Amino acid sequence: MLSPELGHYALALACVLAAVQGIIPLIGASRRDVRLMALAPGLAIGQMIALGVSFLSLVYAAVTDDFSVQNIAENSAVSKPLLYKITGVWGNHEGSILLWALILGLCGAAVAAFGRNLPSALRARVIAVLGLVATGFELFCLTTSDPFARVWPAPMDGQGMNPLLQDPGLAFHPPILYTGYVGFAVPFAFAIAALIEGRVDAAWGRWVRPWAVAAWCFLTCGIAMGSWWSYYVLGWGGYWFWDPVENASLIPWLTGTALIHSAIVVEKREALKIWTVLLAIGTFSFSLSGTFLVRSGILNSVHAFANDPARGVFILGLLGVVIGGSLALFAYRAPTLTAGGLFAPVSREGALVLNNILLCSLCAVVLTGTMYPPFMSLLFDRTISVGKPFFDATTIPLALPLFIFMGFGPMLPWKRAQLWPVLQKLWLAAIVAAVACAVAVFTLSGVLPILCAAAALWIIAASLTDIAERTRLFRTSFATSIQRARMLPRAIVGTAIAHAGVGITVLGLAAMSQAQHKIVEVPIGTTEQLAGYEWTLKAVEDEPGPNYTAMVATLEVRRHGRLITVMHPSKRSFNSQNQTTTDVAIHTNLLADLYGVLGDRHGSDTSPTYVLRLHYNPLAPWMWLGALIMAFGGALSLSDRRMRVGAPQRARPSPATTSVS
Amino acid sequence: MTRKTRRLWLVIACVACLGTAAALILRAFSSDIVFFVTPSQVEASPPPADRTVKLGGMVVAGSVKRDKHGETPIATFAVTDGQAAVTVHYEGILPDLFREGQSVVAIGTVQPDHDFVASEVLAKHDETYMPKEVAEALKKSGKWDPRFGPPPSAASWNTMTVQDAGKNLSAPTTAPN
Repeated sequence: MLSPELGHYALALACVLAAVQGIIPLIGASRRDVRLMALAPGLAIGQMIALGVSFLSLVYAAVTDDFSVQNIAENSAVSKPLLYKITGVWGNHEGSILLWALILGLCGAAVAAFGRNLPSALRARVIAVLGLVATGFELFCLTTSDPFARVWPAPMDGQGMNPLLQDPGLAFHPPILYTGYVGFAVPFAFAIAALIEGRVDAAWGRWVRPWAVAAWCFLTCGIAMGSWWSYYVLGWGGYWFWDPVENASLIPWLTGTALIHSAIVVEKREALKIWTVLLAIGTFSFSLSGTFLVRSGILNSVHAFANDPARGVFILGLLGVVIGGSLALFAYRAPTLTAGGLFAPVSREGALVLNNILLCSLCAVVLTGTMYPPFMSLLFDRTISVGKPFFDATTIPLALPLFIFMGFGPMLPWKRAQLWPVLQKLWLAAIVAAVACAVAVFTLSGVLPILCAAAALWIIAASLTDIAERTRLFRTSFATSIQRARMLPRAIVGTAIAHAGVGITVLGLAAMSQAQHKIVEVPIGTTEQLAGYEWTLKAVEDEPGPNYTAMVATLEVRRHGRLITVMHPSKRSFNSQNQTTTDVAIHTNLLADLYGVLGDRHGSDTSPTYVLRLHYNPLAPWMWLGALIMAFGGALSLSDRRMRVGAPQRARPSPATTSVS
Repeated sequence: MTRKTRRLWLVIACVACLGTAAALILRAFSSDIVFFVTPSQVEASPPPADRTVKLGGMVVAGSVKRDKHGETPIATFAVTDGQAAVTVHYEGILPDLFREGQSVVAIGTVQPDHDFVASEVLAKHDETYMPKEVAEALKKSGKWDPRFGPPPSAASWNTMTVQDAGKNLSAPTTAPN
């Protein structure tokens, strides 16, 4: 039934359907042939179904331990738990490319399903562009990384999976991150379609934005999950390595954030149109290069899988066609787009432009830091690396003004604004920030963390002020305020929540710069002092697991003699692969994480000593909580009536509806 | 405000932000970049003691010593690129994949006596994976010629000592397991 051959066939079918989907609707749209254009949705849905069958076949082969499939023989084993047999499908290069293609297929089908109110030519072109991109990647999958290749003779058991990857966090991190990456293909397709059509207007901005926001939400969650995984699995106590793989996800996030803001200006003021088109192209290009340059091994990093230079040529060619082609089209067609008006520097749109400039500067800095080492080694044969000191010194000074403008940007009216009345409304937020700054001076060390903490409180307070102002809280009866809050457009509430989420993340980052840690080698029974806690190593025992043996420590943490928690950090030795992993123990009270890592056993058998690493991480959970809140804010604004896909009509909005505030 | 002044504002904002970004990058490049050095480079021309560098190579077999300074564990081991060996001192937990005879990258400073004090030691996720820098260093030192097959396996590095490094260009290239 679901055999690897069926999967392979379905993949080839999907590739053919994608090619047809990429060509026929384009011809139809240029000839205004309704019948050809009407083929687009059906093809997109058909392609998605074919990819679904293909992907399910691979999952089926993994679940049934079909080791005659090379990919499964190399990455799975009979003893692996069922969950990881399924998630292991995308834990390797071939499977992850197939997942990538499947998500792209889902995006195309989503445009087909939810884009009924789009003008038929625009919809046909958007679906066609998605089809063309999909063709490229399905060809890549079929020709250079076939997930269904058979191996003969079939081994009795697979080689198993890197135990580090056997983790629920990592199991679901790739699909979410990929949905974020691939989701930006839809704004990209809209941008290309608009360039072909030669028309970008307010309605276009309104159509693009929900897709961009949805992709952005997924990307935000995906990055946060990756960071959280590296925090609690790798056991090094940190959360962001500034590794090329991580930066590759941060760069499209920065431009994507710029995109969802600049699209507002297109929608409301019909300005920044060419810039927004460029951002949509750029964001997807960065997503593509992020996934594929990293996988091809051009940017080497601690992330292990798939460093095969043979695939690099295909990937580079594909990237060249997609990115080069779209930029060439942009250069050719952008001058024909009517430029929008310029506007006053002090206005909502002015603030949004500033947001874009700062985000793009940040992106440029991260990009430079990521690309400089490979360039240096290619051109000058010098091996260098760029790490946390570089990125701290360059990103924080650029992020601080962004945080400050984030506070009052959403409160500025459109078109022409006065700065002073807005600042007057924010006196309370300013006081909060000043108090936070004063508190931070005494509790935090370092200038940048103090400024970041103050900026974080400023953002949170200003976002709350925005909502309070709009609901006239405390200036009218409470019931009226509630009533007004109910009537507020969800996009506005979503903005405030997402901005507050940024504040919470920044506060977590600022506090985490003050994390303390201690490495000791002690016998059982010793008590250590760290950050006002007494950590006592009570016992260390050996415990057998399904395919490993674990050395489990019992670590009691007390504060002023009162028991806080008993933690069990452990170290696992996997029998099959001669590999050990550390299992971190984390106790959180949401204000700080107590983080314990067990190291090696030393000394004689009669009086062994154990290496322990203890961390005190203040506000650590806030970093990821803030990211979730950002994504929630984005999702909330997606549910806004104005954002619902297809609702807007392609007509010049009347001036009355252009200003929300 | 005229169209011209509005455009001027936009240009000023762009130039200011990108200029600041460029200035920050250049400043950070001069102080915060970490250069990769091989043991033979440390021997020949050691970087200044206040400069953080990355040292990469293979852990010399039998060189790992663990010690305690009070309650702080200290590991001492030698890192070689086949030409020279540098003694590394590290306070902390060695990573799970740290093994004698395998590649390692240490981040830290070179002391005046050419000893290396590491603040961080990295071994890679994957046992068969060799950091690019280490592979390059091996090629330069003549320990590995990519034309004759894959890099020397952990086992062959295990038997290599500093003394016979550099003279066995025909080292057996067993395939990595």
